[in-house]
Amino acid sequence: MKTILSLTINGVERDDVVPDNMLLVDYLREKAGLTGTKIGCDGGECGACTVLIDGRPRHACLTLSATCNGASVETVDGLSRDGRLTALQRGFNEKLGSQCGFCTPGMIMAAEGLLRRIPDPEEDEIRKALAANICRCTGYVKIIEAVQFAASELRNGETA
Amino acid sequence: MNDVGNPQSVQTIGIPQPLVDGPEKATGKAMFAADFDTTETLVGRILRSPLAHAKITALDISKAETLPGVLAVVTEMDCSDNYGVLPIAMNEWALARNRVRYKGEPVAAVAAIDVATAQKAVDLIEVTYEELPAYFTAAQARSEDAILLHDNKPGNIEREVEFDLGDVDEGMAAADLVREMKVQCAEVCQAQMEPHAAFAEWDADRQRLTIRPSTQVPYYVHKMLARTMGISESHIRVIKPHIGGGFGSRTETLQSDLIAALLARKAKSTVKVVLSREETFLTHRGRPETQIKMKVGMNKDGTITAVDFEAVQRGGAYSGYGIVTILYAGSMIYGIYDITSARFRGYRVLTNTPPCGAFRGHGTVKTRFAFENLIDAMAVELGLDPFTVRRANLLVAPTMTENDLLVNSYGLDQCLDWAEEASSWKERRGKLGPNKGLGMACSHYISGASKPKHWTGEPHATIHLRVDWDGGITLLTGAAEIGQGSSTVIAQCAAETLGVDMGRIRVIASDSAVTPKDNGSYSSRVTFMVGNASIDAAQNLKAKLVEAAARKLEIAPEHVECLGEIYRGGQQDQGLTFDEVVAAALEGEGTITVKGNYDTIPESWGGRKYRGAAIGGTMAFSYAAQVVEVTVDPHTAAITVDKVWVAHDCGKALNPLAVEGQVQGSVWMGMGQAMSEETKFHDGLPIAANMLDYRVPTIIESPPIDVGIIEASDPHGPFGAKEAGEGSLSSFLPALTNAVADAVGVRATELPLTPDRLMELLEKKARFDNAAAAIGKVA
Repeated sequence: MKTILSLTINGVERDDVVPDNMLLVDYLREKAGLTGTKIGCDGGECGACTVLIDGRPRHACLTLSATCNGASVETVDGLSRDGRLTALQRGFNEKLGSQCGFCTPGMIMAAEGLLRRIPDPEEDEIRKALAANICRCTGYVKIIEAVQFAASELRNGETA
Repeated sequence: MNDVGNPQSVQTIGIPQPLVDGPEKATGKAMFAADFDTTETLVGRILRSPLAHAKITALDISKAETLPGVLAVVTEMDCSDNYGVLPIAMNEWALARNRVRYKGEPVAAVAAIDVATAQKAVDLIEVTYEELPAYFTAAQARSEDAILLHDNKPGNIEREVEFDLGDVDEGMAAADLVREMKVQCAEVCQAQMEPHAAFAEWDADRQRLTIRPSTQVPYYVHKMLARTMGISESHIRVIKPHIGGGFGSRTETLQSDLIAALLARKAKSTVKVVLSREETFLTHRGRPETQIKMKVGMNKDGTITAVDFEAVQRGGAYSGYGIVTILYAGSMIYGIYDITSARFRGYRVLTNTPPCGAFRGHGTVKTRFAFENLIDAMAVELGLDPFTVRRANLLVAPTMTENDLLVNSYGLDQCLDWAEEASSWKERRGKLGPNKGLGMACSHYISGASKPKHWTGEPHATIHLRVDWDGGITLLTGAAEIGQGSSTVIAQCAAETLGVDMGRIRVIASDSAVTPKDNGSYSSRVTFMVGNASIDAAQNLKAKLVEAAARKLEIAPEHVECLGEIYRGGQQDQGLTFDEVVAAALEGEGTITVKGNYDTIPESWGGRKYRGAAIGGTMAFSYAAQVVEVTVDPHTAAITVDKVWVAHDCGKALNPLAVEGQVQGSVWMGMGQAMSEETKFHDGLPIAANMLDYRVPTIIESPPIDVGIIEASDPHGPFGAKEAGEGSLSSFLPALTNAVADAVGVRATELPLTPDRLMELLEKKARFDNAAAAIGKVA
């Protein structure tokens, strides 16, 4: 069976006919051509596919695309604006929160969800927000620093 | 007129640099193998063996071939030859030939228009097996009545290694204390975040292949593709895409790379093979399950008199890297402390489990665990501080070890000082309260194997630099960027040598049609070897630019002062800009391409005192010392790592940001192996082949890791640099068990030290203490 899916991806509305059993991650990568979202496991183990659905971090590999009808989906591909990296993206780049980069899209989207909810998170809150995302390169130390850097950039931006 | 002001060469070395490909990773633009697609791309899917050991008596692909939507089915019939990472031990086939030797071994593969059709076709392949006895432990495979996995490997021993250097018996007899320990370490898997994938395009008109594999060593893949497909290397182009981690599993060519190419050729099309996480675990190439028996002689002052040890590795079903792994397990007892006599027996055993491979800290990790765990126990017994014991056995560089390893630079003493001070060891040890403890240990690693696996007589590394009319410098390297920052550090070396801004340099890496050959990203060779080649290339370019500037300025080349962006005749001279110098250099010559090479010196090639003694030979060793602080929950036996202080001697931190990242990643990966990671099998079937059962530490339980960068400059290193990406892994394992011993008084010898294993030790200790107390009361 197929469904007509109408949703907003990174601020752009689109309609597609999708099989009912199509996962959101496959829809994003194969139908929408947005390969920033990664598949690192066989379902819900690693967090590499984390996207925001209506502002909340979700595993795109555990979400049926058909359930996103009317939803707003955000992926790493749509974060930067006017060709400029966001504070979080700069944090992951400049603080080396990203080594091989495969977990990075999911990490950034999970952190994005956190910073929208808690703009000035404690370290403990960062750890909890990223607990479902595995990184195999960094030991997480510089990922925490990257998120802290972004939070501080956003704070400074607000006061400026 | 140029406003020269006070021009300076731009400095790039020693300054934290974000990775040159960092923005692509942060925006999702970085393309990994699975991200490539075309409208005609077919899906490749693999049929795997359900049996651990069996003869293939019949293989019928006719039903699969005729299924609509299926473009190709391949079997061993499509393979021209076997393959393997070591030229002396190639015994694997891309698709099993006549026999399967582990559950999950690829038997056949299909290319079809979509996943559902491909899977249906895989299910239509009919294989008849005749089951054979299977062996899942080294002991089973070595038993007298075991049948052979490979006819030319008697006793199912891939390789037996032995050396006796110095007088071990005399050393033991002279020691004040001799102690023995047996350790057992679980098999662990790299579990890099990106599942294995390959994107293969076959040009049927020209009979040419272009492939994008998830590999650390594109050059090996290139060679093995030619061998497996029976085509000329010149008809293959290997382009390395972004790589989602390696850690050693991808130094070998993987079947999925070869299968994607075979399918693409047969289907005359483009085929993408993306393994599931489970299949990635089945492919394995991780660190073998290992038993080590070790005996050490020590004097009352902590000096070590002799080491006698034996290692048995469960290598899995094929040779892979096995010979090298078991040799490292022996040879790397040297190179860190002043060991005057050592005896080693090593056994690499073939078993019906997925083949093991090279894993970060190749071969050295479990030996280091046994040694540093044992000498810590001996220090406690002799009433010596663990730091004192290490300091009693330091080397003095330059020196050659007993097994002829060259040690040219040595910063372990400084590492010890840093770790002791940063952790406030003296003030805090023994004063943390109940169930808390501090432990320490040291480790080392090579900066590249001095002899490459495929010995061709070529230099170890070659870099091309190209400068054209636009003034941009294009750096062409075959070095495989896998997230460790190789492209960045190579660019830094060239920029620093030329004195130009990093922005002038663009790196093009790992495209066999464009970039020079490189031996790949393994054994921590890239910074040292390719970095040096990059310096050499930049010096050659600089010489050309200085000559051109001299012509233009009408002065002698030796009078040209090069300030990176300005070339001038002296302080009063306004000089020429870089662009003007380039324009001058291009006059009558056109586009400039220069080359730089690097080669190791024969003194670094390791010894000849025993068979295989070259393994361990390197231009330089890195050193590390770390202190681990733990808290043990007495009720659940769960260990919390509160903090790690690690000092790493990398010679010179070319990019301190990347050095920190590499060291933190190494320590953390050691933590997983020490505390939770373990592949598990049930009758040869991997039962932890996912990221939940294979327990990688999450951000919740991962500690802060403070890094102290120690710079014991190496005379041959690029700007003095040595490796930073592997050396601090192995010392975490013993530092943890030493900390647990300090916290709760039990010494763990079996890894990973999961709560159930620690609980068993604690209960045993409680029974022993109770019995001792009862005896005390009676007495």
